Amino acid sequence: MDMIHAAKFIGAGLATIAFVGSGIGIGVVFGNYISGALRNPGAAQSQFTNLYIGYALCELQGLFGLLIALILMYT
Amino acid sequence: MAASPMEQFEVKPLIPIHVGGYDISFTNQALWMCVVVGAVSLFMAVALSKRSVVPTRMQSMAEMSYEFVANMINMAAGEEGLKFFPLIFSIFLFIAASNFFGLIPGSFTVTSQIAVTFTLTALVIITVIVTGFIRHGFGFFRLFAPDAPIYILLFLVPLEVISFCARPMSLSMRLFANMLAGHTMLKVMAGFVIALGGAGGAYTLLAAAPEVLIVGLTALEFLVAFLQAYVFAILSCIYLSEALHLHDNH
Repeated sequence: MDMIHAAKFIGAGLATIAFVGSGIGIGVVFGNYISGALRNPGAAQSQFTNLYIGYALCELQGLFGLLIALILMYT
Repeated sequence: MAASPMEQFEVKPLIPIHVGGYDISFTNQALWMCVVVGAVSLFMAVALSKRSVVPTRMQSMAEMSYEFVANMINMAAGEEGLKFFPLIFSIFLFIAASNFFGLIPGSFTVTSQIAVTFTLTALVIITVIVTGFIRHGFGFFRLFAPDAPIYILLFLVPLEVISFCARPMSLSMRLFANMLAGHTMLKVMAGFVIALGGAGGAYTLLAAAPEVLIVGLTALEFLVAFLQAYVFAILSCIYLSEALHLHDNH
């Protein structure tokens, strides 16, 4: 029984690695937006929606990891 | 030892009501939903009670939120999307207000319950499906088959179906997990302050570090609270736009 508990906590910890990908993704999204906006400031405003959609989609992948961690810890 | 960081998400019955074996108690969750809806309605009613050409501060706040959402729908779903303005506007204001009310210390975050976020998502997805079928009939299924050669469609159609089915889950999960993660993080940091402050000696001075961090994180949480409401509303607009225009327009 203790082994299962220990394994659950280790698994929950490992699941948080998902945020690595999420962090990289958000960095790419915002970095490319800013470099694009500096080259063509006129078009920057029109891409604002796309920026936040990209951000939301990247963030979701990390949050799935968090969810798995929570399921492992509390069930 | 400080309380568990997950304790803040507990739904506690305030007025127990049991009808026919079902527990329909008035909980702290219900109370805060009433507070949120009441506050938004009151704000709108007071701000727009004296309509003048030169708006007062409150009136211009109400007008700004109206224009913000109207522009967003116009951009994402086109002119036709404005028919759904009441739905999107209510959802946006409800989520934004409940996120902000959740940031008041000691309050309850309505959107940190997956039951609430999933109900909101179900509302949007059912609207999308019903709108799609009313406008296009069975042609709505063309949503799953974009213009592409047949051998690409073999792979594309299952992918489109999976992505359509994953939408309700991803939309509700995003809001729920963001609120849960943010508030848990604040509580964990607060736990550090209490633990270090109670440790005595030089450790007490160290307690200032997480305290400063909490201030920064709270500012970040305000950003997230607004951003998640915005993202939820804009994604709803995009799903509606797909149901309205299928793959033609965009």
